[in-house]
Amino acid sequence: MLELRAITAGYHTKAPVVRGASLTVAPGESVGLLGPSGCGKSTLARVAALLHRPDSGTLLLDGEPVRSWRHRAPRAQRTAFGVVFQQPRLSADPRLRLTDLIAEPLRATGRRGGIEERVCELAASVGLTPDLLDRRPHEVSDGQLQRACLARALALRPRWLICDEMTAMLDASTTAALVAAVEDYRATSGAGLLAVGHDQVLLDRWCDRTIHWEDVTGRTTPTTGRLPQASGRRQPSVVPPAGER
Amino acid sequence: MTSRPPVLSVRGLSVRFLMPGGRRIAAVTDAHFDVAAGECLALIGESGCGKSVLASALLGLLPANAQAAGEARLGCLDLLTADERTLARRVRGRLIGLIPQSPAAHLTPVRTVRSQLEETVAALTGTRGRAAVRVASETAAERAAFPTGHLDSHPHELSGGLAQRAATALALVGGAPLLLADEPTTGLDRDLVDHTVDELRRHVDSDDHEDGTGRALLMITHDLMAAERIADRVAVMYAGRIVELTDARTFFGTPGPRHPYSRGLLQALPQRAFTPVPGMPPELGDLPDGCAFAPRCERASEACTALPSMSGQVACHHPHVPEDLRA
Ligand code: SF4
Repeated sequence: MLELRAITAGYHTKAPVVRGASLTVAPGESVGLLGPSGCGKSTLARVAALLHRPDSGTLLLDGEPVRSWRHRAPRAQRTAFGVVFQQPRLSADPRLRLTDLIAEPLRATGRRGGIEERVCELAASVGLTPDLLDRRPHEVSDGQLQRACLARALALRPRWLICDEMTAMLDASTTAALVAAVEDYRATSGAGLLAVGHDQVLLDRWCDRTIHWEDVTGRTTPTTGRLPQASGRRQPSVVPPAGER
Repeated sequence: MTSRPPVLSVRGLSVRFLMPGGRRIAAVTDAHFDVAAGECLALIGESGCGKSVLASALLGLLPANAQAAGEARLGCLDLLTADERTLARRVRGRLIGLIPQSPAAHLTPVRTVRSQLEETVAALTGTRGRAAVRVASETAAERAAFPTGHLDSHPHELSGGLAQRAATALALVGGAPLLLADEPTTGLDRDLVDHTVDELRRHVDSDDHEDGTGRALLMITHDLMAAERIADRVAVMYAGRIVELTDARTFFGTPGPRHPYSRGLLQALPQRAFTPVPGMPPELGDLPDGCAFAPRCERASEACTALPSMSGQVACHHPHVPEDLRA
């Protein structure tokens, strides 16, 4: 279970971009978080992925409160998350070949053997052909680079995926291909998903339920109702789908 | 469609990039199309298909290692052979109004919208005198529905929608008969996408242009929903070639497109099947001799090892025919 409770976060304590936001993702569940650009939903996604320490509020990971963020977070918690951002060019080191980009988390966690095979496997799962793996970011398209970023996010077999506007810059076919790759991974791993975006049609099609930003930050957010321990994957949550209109 | 003479007429436009080591990249190959006054043509395709290169070629903004061939006529001027002086003085702003991909980045950050508009008005129109320039700038802002109350704002103080309108106001100042919009909706929320394309459409339809006609609009986009909302005709580009050029209503409605790639693109939409076209587009530096879509095409046959020519509205050896669709 991934639970955000009354999270307030931002970059200046006097002017937080997120105020009192609460939401829950059950294991295996996919939740779409819909909001206009600039509303603060990306900041909330970063809090959920342990990348940004909130000013106040609680993040519970399987019932355990998270106490530290970023590199201070315990490795087991950090590696439970795979994150994909909107702009692959900003989140990929331009000097790395795609193969090294995908292998980054494997090397960072001290893995020695079998890296090459694992990278091949990951590349195939996101539809990257072997000839592209030797290229550097400027030698591939945005769509190809985003595929590599998704492969990198899947490298440590995360239990939670956070996709922040993952497809906002991409064409329809690449969007459908990336979403399919995420869903294939979730089908075999049982990972939960928080997909943040501004396209309701896409989120409704992709996720078990879509929640609206104003319902996440509003007073009516169901923060207290205990969710049943979800065991299987894709188990629907009891939280009413606020996005259904 | 329209029987007006085309504002822009492109014939056999090709662009090659010469890379170090003698490699040649075929970014655009043999493009043919027209855009008439009062008409919007949407050029759609995946990123890297050559559509932005085509736009750069029309504006004379290709990098030094590019070679363009063919013809792109705007009135009596061939954009491909025009020199930089002509392009800078007569074409950009005056004959072609560019509506950029990210308006916030296109506007000068340290100056107010008013000062940028006034400078453009003074440079592109005959208006002289402070008061007259000021009035003309306010008129230009109003034409793009930019609220005059925000004219003294700096670009970073504007919402995405207002920045887009400011950029549009600048593009309209010179009274250009052709508007070129390059991915004008990327990264915008859907409401704002709708709003932006509706406003662009208004400039195509309105007859506020000097000779009483609307403007011609060439919109380059990967956003199929935006294209559906605004376009009269659609050109689909794949691996540097236009593979289908057809009426927008036919394309988005029934019977739908005829080229297998166009059909695949539409089926990838979350509103439709949400299934991707399998595989990825080919490398423009290493295109096959035959149809470039063949490795991804379920209709491919022996015949497809030969390049399909554009016949009618589609370049394909086995296009869908309406009978297939009824079955
Ligand atoms: S020419 Fe052949 S391979 Fe190309 S799109 Fe048509 S059927 Fe498919």
